[in-house]
Amino acid sequence: MSAVSQAQQIPRLAHTGRVTQLRVALSEWTKLRSLRSTLWSLFAGVLLTILLPVLFAAITSSHWGSMSPHERADRHPLDIALAGVNVSQLAIAVLGVLVITGEYSTGMIRASFTAVPKRLPVLWAKTAVFAVVAFLLMLPPVLIAFFASQAILSRHHILQISFSHPGVARSIIGGAVYLMLVGIFALGIGAIVRNTAGAIATFAGIFFVIPPLMNILPSNWNHAISKYLPSEAGRQLFSLTHDANSFSPGAGALLFVGYCALTFAIAAVLLVRRDT
Amino acid sequence: MATMIEAENLTKYYGEQRAVDDLSFTVQPGVVTGFLGPNGSGKSTTMRLILELDAPSSGDVTVNGKHYRDHAAPLHEVGALLEARSVHTGRSAYNHLLALAQTHGIGRRRVDELIDLVGLHDVARKRAGKFSLGMGQRLGIAAALLGDPSTIMLDEPVNGLDPEGILWVRHLLRGLAAEGRTVFVSSHLMSEMSLTADHLIVIGRGRKIADMSTDEFIRQASGGLVLVRTPQAAELEALLSGPDVTVTAAGPGLLEVRGLTAVQIGEAAAANQLVLHELTPQQASLEEAFMTLTRDDVEFKAAELEPEEAVL
Repeated sequence: MSAVSQAQQIPRLAHTGRVTQLRVALSEWTKLRSLRSTLWSLFAGVLLTILLPVLFAAITSSHWGSMSPHERADRHPLDIALAGVNVSQLAIAVLGVLVITGEYSTGMIRASFTAVPKRLPVLWAKTAVFAVVAFLLMLPPVLIAFFASQAILSRHHILQISFSHPGVARSIIGGAVYLMLVGIFALGIGAIVRNTAGAIATFAGIFFVIPPLMNILPSNWNHAISKYLPSEAGRQLFSLTHDANSFSPGAGALLFVGYCALTFAIAAVLLVRRDT
Repeated sequence: MATMIEAENLTKYYGEQRAVDDLSFTVQPGVVTGFLGPNGSGKSTTMRLILELDAPSSGDVTVNGKHYRDHAAPLHEVGALLEARSVHTGRSAYNHLLALAQTHGIGRRRVDELIDLVGLHDVARKRAGKFSLGMGQRLGIAAALLGDPSTIMLDEPVNGLDPEGILWVRHLLRGLAAEGRTVFVSSHLMSEMSLTADHLIVIGRGRKIADMSTDEFIRQASGGLVLVRTPQAAELEALLSGPDVTVTAAGPGLLEVRGLTAVQIGEAAAANQLVLHELTPQQASLEEAFMTLTRDDVEFKAAELEPEEAVL
């Protein structure tokens, strides 16, 4: 008889612990780091955040001589340094969505909710782990992007700006905070929509489709409405200048955090109520 | 402490569709309880209701005296293998089990132990998406046993397993029950259940049809048919005929008798000096017994529903 057909004793577990929020967070960390798709999205985010500013800085530097004064005046060193944020936000958002919809599409969510049937600890743990990872991973790239682009532009004094210049440090670090919040917002949408394609489409609609549509509106409407959009409110975190048509960095960030909180309130209610 | 599953008037609608219909049952520890029904009869739904993955439309179900959700260490109470895949295809078997274990503070050693136990040692670091159906079942069983649960609930565990795997599951279930655990296992394979289950809960269209020991189930469903071979068929037929007895000729010198036991027939024949060449009580296979029961249920339901549907 082979070993497999013998009646097997299941080894007893010496100690069974209770489910705690911290343990669920550790579990979510294991889930996040053990998926290749996660690592690729993060890698893409990091790469884009660094490479685009470097590329733009190099192009600006090499074409500086042939640029008109008007064109030159339009160039701002922080726009160059943070150019990557606009693109890598999509990678971070996709990852935020996948953190939760990936569980629904594969059925993993049933295993997760069987282990943690109260469910909400899973949502909180996913969000906390993802937020910390996104921020810690995106902070070095925005800093590198700033100093690298400044180094490339060192010949052009007009494009030099000091990190200690008022608002610069806030904008750079704000870029990383913004990316983290975008990821959190996307995760919340993923938890509501539960379907990868649907959630990414919803996110793209809110962040990339609605804002340009505002330009169709009469400009005084546009100015009145646009600043309340999540993308515009969040953008204030990494904008150096603010005018009458935009919020201050603090107010913008607060509004964006408010949108995230609203998304999570809806997600939390649905998560507990819906069948899985 | 009582370790059992108790369902009371459990009902679940998905829209207009009634998946589980007023289902009440108790699953006892120390035995293997088979949960039988044709595909779509509500077995998987019932199991999801027990785990509170789905909320019942009405009724209630508890595990070890509490709602599953209210247990401090759920994986220690119930270990479940669901029919639908519950594994992220991009994650390795090892990391899948580790992530589940960590929610309860269960260590890596336990994960390794179970991977060895279910025979996935060589593929533990491979992505679960590349697993065959049988390997997926083994991984699901490992996940179910992770928390050393007092109740094990497996939905169609032998699906996709090779004969060796089926034998392994059979021994595993028997062993778990012998340790005093509550074992609740669903299947549409009656023959498999006859070899594994001590007790059966049979459902059809979400309703309970039978709740009895496996032996009792087979005996009832076979209808007490006795095969009698005799050169004096006509005389015997006349002798046995009565109000609750049916005797039919199954061939020359061959009778099928219902309503009397083999003992009664043999003694009646001897008392009247009739010769018998064969006297065999017929045991219906579990498969046949099950078909008989569910067919009745389906016909009954159809007859009952017709007038209502006509009104609608």
